[in-house]
Amino acid sequence: MGKTLFQKVWEPHVVRELADGSTLLYIDRHLVHEVTSPQAFEGLRLHGRKIRRPELTFSTMDHNVPTTEDRMDIKDPVSAAQVEALSRNCQDFGVTLFGLGDRRQGIVHIIGPELGLTLPGLTIVCGDSHTSTHGAFGALAFGIGTSEVEHVLVTQTLAQNKPRTFKVEFVGRPGPRIFSKDFVLKLIGTIGTAGGTGHVLEYSGEAISALSMEARMSICNMSIEAGARAGMIAPDETTYAYITAENRPYAPQGEQLERAIAYWKTLPSDDDAVFDRTLTIDTGRIAPQVTWGNNPGMVVDIDQPIPDPDQAGGYTRADVENALAYMGLIPGTLLTDVSVDVVFIGSCTNARIEDLRLAAEILKGRNKADHVQLLIVPGSQQVREQAEAEGLPEIFKSAGGEWRYAGCSMCLGMNPDQLRPKQRCASTSNRNFEGRQGKGGRTHLVSPQMAAAAAVAGKFVDIRQWPET
Amino acid sequence: MEPFSTHTGIIATLNRSNVDTDQIIPKQFLKSIKRTGYGPNAFFDWRYTDDGRPNKDFELNDPRFAGRSILAVRNNFGCGSSREHAVWALFQDGYRVIIAPWKEVNGERVPGFADIFRNNATKNGLLTVELSEEEVEQIFLAVAGNEGQKATVDLASQKITLLEPNPMVCSFDIDKGSKKQLLEGLDDIELTLQFEGDITRFENEYDPMLSPASPPLDKA
Ligand code: SF4
Repeated sequence: MGKTLFQKVWEPHVVRELADGSTLLYIDRHLVHEVTSPQAFEGLRLHGRKIRRPELTFSTMDHNVPTTEDRMDIKDPVSAAQVEALSRNCQDFGVTLFGLGDRRQGIVHIIGPELGLTLPGLTIVCGDSHTSTHGAFGALAFGIGTSEVEHVLVTQTLAQNKPRTFKVEFVGRPGPRIFSKDFVLKLIGTIGTAGGTGHVLEYSGEAISALSMEARMSICNMSIEAGARAGMIAPDETTYAYITAENRPYAPQGEQLERAIAYWKTLPSDDDAVFDRTLTIDTGRIAPQVTWGNNPGMVVDIDQPIPDPDQAGGYTRADVENALAYMGLIPGTLLTDVSVDVVFIGSCTNARIEDLRLAAEILKGRNKADHVQLLIVPGSQQVREQAEAEGLPEIFKSAGGEWRYAGCSMCLGMNPDQLRPKQRCASTSNRNFEGRQGKGGRTHLVSPQMAAAAAVAGKFVDIRQWPET
Repeated sequence: MEPFSTHTGIIATLNRSNVDTDQIIPKQFLKSIKRTGYGPNAFFDWRYTDDGRPNKDFELNDPRFAGRSILAVRNNFGCGSSREHAVWALFQDGYRVIIAPWKEVNGERVPGFADIFRNNATKNGLLTVELSEEEVEQIFLAVAGNEGQKATVDLASQKITLLEPNPMVCSFDIDKGSKKQLLEGLDDIELTLQFEGDITRFENEYDPMLSPASPPLDKA
């Protein structure tokens, strides 16, 4: 019987099987950020332990950092202390840091691929659930808690129970202005936010092959919103082209690269590989997706009404009533009749250069609606530089948008970018949980073009009806 | 970590599914670099009103639940962010056991707890118990009908016993590794360090092609 991509990555990393049935797995890359690491470093100090492979550990600051011009001066003393703690920890323990002020700083899941740290066949972990992003390269990448962060620092391994496999095949050809964000929201709407729990998803099919690396990352990013810890896509020519692009200092070069590619070519799932579960989604039938509730599975096609509490599949009446009350919405409403106060284009889901280009395509020569605040936050300082080289900030600014510096920003308001109570936001991020973007804030998840169009119209629009640009 | 063997306490109920870790401990409390001080902030946005007073409408503020240490919830508890702070907050707020139901959707079993949350809980001595939807419904009914409803949770025998006046016994499954870790209060870094020799051997033979940034290229 053939093997799946997941098995082919898992097996070479097995250090040993443990008596309790779990597996001790070797970890190739450990990414670290300021929020989930301080207590792990404190644990090292407490026990007088060192990092086993500091050269495999990389860190950055993203959650707490302000995104305005004066961001080096963090006004919130508690945030500042957390950022300082990471600097000190990296220095004391010999970890490479792409800190605030560094050209390579950015959201951890954006800089990993960008720097060539994320490669096919690797095991990658980070104290952050969206580590699933890196699976777009055919790596096994998953989020861990702080105790596990400490465990990886000390041992470069993790004890894991083997997950089950779940193949999601995206077939057909999507219509115009349907993006990978819509694919993944559709999936979560179909299987629910716990539908992938205990599984590693493998995304495949012609609609996935046709996607760029950046679009693939947006899908893998949201695997966790379906409950799966990891999502994977088999490496192919698109993957190799991305890795061999200029400016990937940590990617293999020359002869090492050739040997790596030869190996990566062996990774895709065999034709006769068997998955524990499978699902097929026809992308030709996917409409632009917008969430209406407080988890990413509460999602509808833009031309469908907000469901009645008794008819929202998979949710109890109480769940739906709570969500609608929080969101200030009435069943039967079309989201195209709902106005927005804030538009946030950013986060590890959709703040790469292609996302910004897509938003610029909509905003070019147009103005945002007067009542809307429009925030465009690049995912990394390198994305910011690239956007500047392409003249995108001028488009954003002349549309009335605010062009910011790299960070998590309003994806989760741990920094000054936050929604105020009851503000409604069209957001390209990944979580519409209560209070996520600011206490009382109302988040609707959408693709970058849906967000940009909402900024112009002042309300949600069906992007399929947007004039050709 | 404190070992967990058996626990008796009052059950509180929270009638919500898909409770995410952003609700269990909101973002503003993640700025701390400590492991302590999270307890009073568990469920912060639901628990307190804007002026900082206990929110009377929040179920867990019901005076009936004073002194509770077991929490029964609905499906998919702890989803979302990997923040271990959620487990620290629950533990420090006095919870020792969380009960959630698995459910069946289209012939597939949807677990009661999100993966990362369950791992984090085990590493901190917080027991997660998965029961059937019917069993959890029975617990909700028992708690609704009887103030101060208590249960005894015994990990060794994998049983929850609801005490009088609603006696009922439920068995639960738990994987061998988590059970051992909880029963013995093991430090899992210590455990893994027993295999130091295996890790070193693995590293010596490791194909650098898999990990091109690791040094010994000529060993391939
Ligand atoms: S952008 Fe949002 S989801 Fe991504 S790492 Fe930052 S806070 Fe987490």
